[in-house]
Amino acid sequence: MKVTEVQVGLASCGIAAGAEAVFNQFRKILGSKVVVKPVGCLGMCYNEPLVAVITDSGERFLYKRVDAALAKRIAEEHVKGGTPLEDFLAPDDGFFKRQVRIVLENCGQIAPTSVEEYRERGGYEALRRAIQEMTPQEVIVEIQQSGLRGRGGAGFPTGMKWSFAAQEPDPVKFIVCNADEGDPGAFMDRSVLEGDPHRVLEGMTIAGYAIGARFGIVYVRAEYPLAVRRVKEAIAAARKAGFLGKRILGTPFSFEIMVKEGAGAFVCGEETALIASIEGRRGMPRRRPPYPAQSGLWGHPTVINNVETLANVPWIIRNGAEAFARYGTEKSKGTKVFALAGKVRHSGLVEIPMGMTLEELVFDVGGGIPDDKEFKAVQIGGPSGGCVPASLAHTPVDYESITQTGAIMGSGGLIVMDEATCMVEVARFFLDFIQKESCGKCTFCRIGTKRMLEILTRIVKGEGKPGDLDKLIDLGYKVKTNSLCGLGQTAPNPVLTTTRYFQDEYEAHIREKRCPAGVCRALLRYSIDPEACRNCKLCAKACPVGAISQGDGPFQVIQQEACIRCGRCREVCPFGAVRVE
Amino acid sequence: MAKRALKAKKEKPQWKQILQKHPPVPESVIPLLQAFQERYGYIPPEAVRAVARYTRTPLSQVYGVATFYAQFRLRPRGKHLIRLCQGTACHVLGADAILNHLKERLGVEEGETTPDGLFTLEVVRCLGCCSLAPVMMVDEETYGRLTPRAVDKVLAEYRKGKT
Repeated sequence: MKVTEVQVGLASCGIAAGAEAVFNQFRKILGSKVVVKPVGCLGMCYNEPLVAVITDSGERFLYKRVDAALAKRIAEEHVKGGTPLEDFLAPDDGFFKRQVRIVLENCGQIAPTSVEEYRERGGYEALRRAIQEMTPQEVIVEIQQSGLRGRGGAGFPTGMKWSFAAQEPDPVKFIVCNADEGDPGAFMDRSVLEGDPHRVLEGMTIAGYAIGARFGIVYVRAEYPLAVRRVKEAIAAARKAGFLGKRILGTPFSFEIMVKEGAGAFVCGEETALIASIEGRRGMPRRRPPYPAQSGLWGHPTVINNVETLANVPWIIRNGAEAFARYGTEKSKGTKVFALAGKVRHSGLVEIPMGMTLEELVFDVGGGIPDDKEFKAVQIGGPSGGCVPASLAHTPVDYESITQTGAIMGSGGLIVMDEATCMVEVARFFLDFIQKESCGKCTFCRIGTKRMLEILTRIVKGEGKPGDLDKLIDLGYKVKTNSLCGLGQTAPNPVLTTTRYFQDEYEAHIREKRCPAGVCRALLRYSIDPEACRNCKLCAKACPVGAISQGDGPFQVIQQEACIRCGRCREVCPFGAVRVE
Repeated sequence: MAKRALKAKKEKPQWKQILQKHPPVPESVIPLLQAFQERYGYIPPEAVRAVARYTRTPLSQVYGVATFYAQFRLRPRGKHLIRLCQGTACHVLGADAILNHLKERLGVEEGETTPDGLFTLEVVRCLGCCSLAPVMMVDEETYGRLTPRAVDKVLAEYRKGKT
C-alpha cells in the first residue's frame, strides 16, 4: 500500500482553520516524492482542516482537524512509513451516508482549476455532447424534462426560463451566473466556485448554446476573493483547452465568459438589481415585466441562473433527465445543497435528495444538537426565509412544503437553533439585516421595516407594549404586499414565522419582561449563589462597573441597579456560582 | 486603447493609469471605484469626480453608486482592516460578545479607526465561513472559532508589526 497522493482542503473555510500551514508542511517534508494537492471543500467543515491520504490501491484515509504538528506525523508515519494514525482519522459518523452528491460530486476531490482532473471525472463531456450531438432545442427539452428548478430560492423552472430567452429574435443574448450569495449563513455557491469552478463554466456554456448566447458573465460578490481568483483561473484554463472561446470543439458555436465583482449589496441577488449593478448603476430593482429573459442586460434577452442551478446542468446532460428526476419529489426534482450551521454537530456543506425531512437533515446528516440541548427550530432561507419550529420538523425539503410553513426554500442557508436561541432576538437580527439592505425604492420596505425593527428592538429591551405583536403582524403583511421585489416581499418572513410559531416567547418578553432563552441582555438578572461562592473575588475584579461587593458573609453580591448584565462575572467564576435568569 | 488614453488625458498621471484599466463607459463605474479603493484603501473625493468625467456619467450618479454599495469607503481607513462577521451563524454563536470585546479593546465604534491609525473596525454580513463561527477577517486573513482571548492574541500580533 503505497501512498500516492495527499489532498489538503484549501477552501476559504479550510484556510481560515489553518490549512495553509498544513499544506506547506506536507510540501516541505514530502517535496516532489508524493503529490500534495490543494482541493476544495469536502463539506465536513466541522472537522477542518481536512487531509486525505490516498494509496495506490485507491484507499482513502481522511484525517480531521490537522495542524502542522499532526501533518508532520502523518507525513512521516503514514505517507513514508505506511502506518495510518488511526486515532486521528475522521470517524464515519454518517455524514455522507444519506447525502446524494450531484452538484458537489467533485468538490474536495479534485484540484479545483485543473481541466485535466475535471475531465477525468467526466467533465466537459456534457458540453461536447450538447454542442456536437444535440440541437439547442433538445438541450432545453432535456432540462425541462429533468424538472430542474432555480436553486437561488424562488424555484422557477430552469428549462422554461431558457425557452423564453431562446424564443426571442434578438441576436445578442446573455447568460449571467448569479453568485451574489448574500444570505448571511450561506456558503454553498462559494464552495462550488472554489472547489469545482469548471462545472459552473460548463453549465453556463451549455446554457449559452441552448438559448443562443455568445457571452456569459459570472457576477460574484466581492467578499469572496478566493472564489473570484479560482473562477478566473478556471476560465483561462478552459479557454486554453478549447472549451471556451471561438469555435468550441470544432463546432460553429463560440462562447466567452467574464467575471464581474459585486460591491456588497444583498439586493443585487434580485435579477433586475443585478442587471443594474452590472450596468454600473445602483442596484435597485425595477418592475417586471419585461422579464430579463425578454429584456435584460442592455435591453437584450438575459438568462440569470444561480451557481447551483448551473452546476446541475452538466450532470443532467451527461446522465439524462430521467436519472436526475429519479431523485426528489413530484414537483421538486434532484438534490439541494445546504450550508448547515449554527447549533448543530456537523456544520458544513451537505447535499441531500429533495423530499428528505428537516428532521432527518438535522439529526441524520447533521448529527443533532451539541451538548444534548433541545432542538428548537431551523431558520431556512436566510433573511427572506423563516423559522420552522421543531414541531414541523417532519416537513419534507421541497419548494411547496417549505413555503407552506411560511418560510421559503431559499438558496440553502440552514441555521439550526436550540433552546438557548431567542426567537424574538433572531427575528430582530434578520430584520436589522433587511432594514440595512433595503434599497429604499419602495416606501413599505424602506419605512415599514424600520418601524418593525423599532418595535422589535423595544421588545428585546424589555420595553414592549401590549398591542406590539398585532402591530408587527399588521405591518409585516403590508410590507409583504406593497413591495416591488423579492427582498421586500419576503422581508417580514422571519418575523411572521416567529410570531406564528413562538407567540409565547413574544408574550413572555412583552408581558413578563422575561427572555425564556436567556439571551436578551436587558431582561436578564445575574445573581451569585452564596452557597456556591467561595469568596475569591475574581468576579468583583472582573466587573467593569464595580457592581459586585462583599455580602454579609463569605460571599459576593451583585448590586442589581448597577449591573449592566455583561456576563463577565459568569465567565470568570471558577465555581459556577453566578446564576442567570 | 487610444480612446481610453484620450479620455484620461487631463487626469493626474497616477490616476490615468488606474482609469485606463477599464473602458470609458458607464459600466466601468463600479470596477473603477473598486480599483481606486484597492489602490488607496478608500475612494478620495476627487477620484469620484475623475470617474464621472472618464465614464461620462453624471457625478450625482457616481456618488450614488459610491454610497449605495457597502464595500465602498469614502474616508481613509487604518493600516489593518478588521471585518467582524455578523452573519446568522456567527450571531447565534456569540459574535455580539466578540464585537463588544473588539470595541472595548480598540476603543472605537463600528466603522471607526483607532487614533493610532492601526485598525479600522467594520462589521460585515457573512464571510461564508459559518462552520468556523464566530469569524473575523483582518485584511485578507481569516480567524475562526473566536473567543475574547483569541481576539487579544490576534490584535497583539498586528500590534507587534505583523503585516
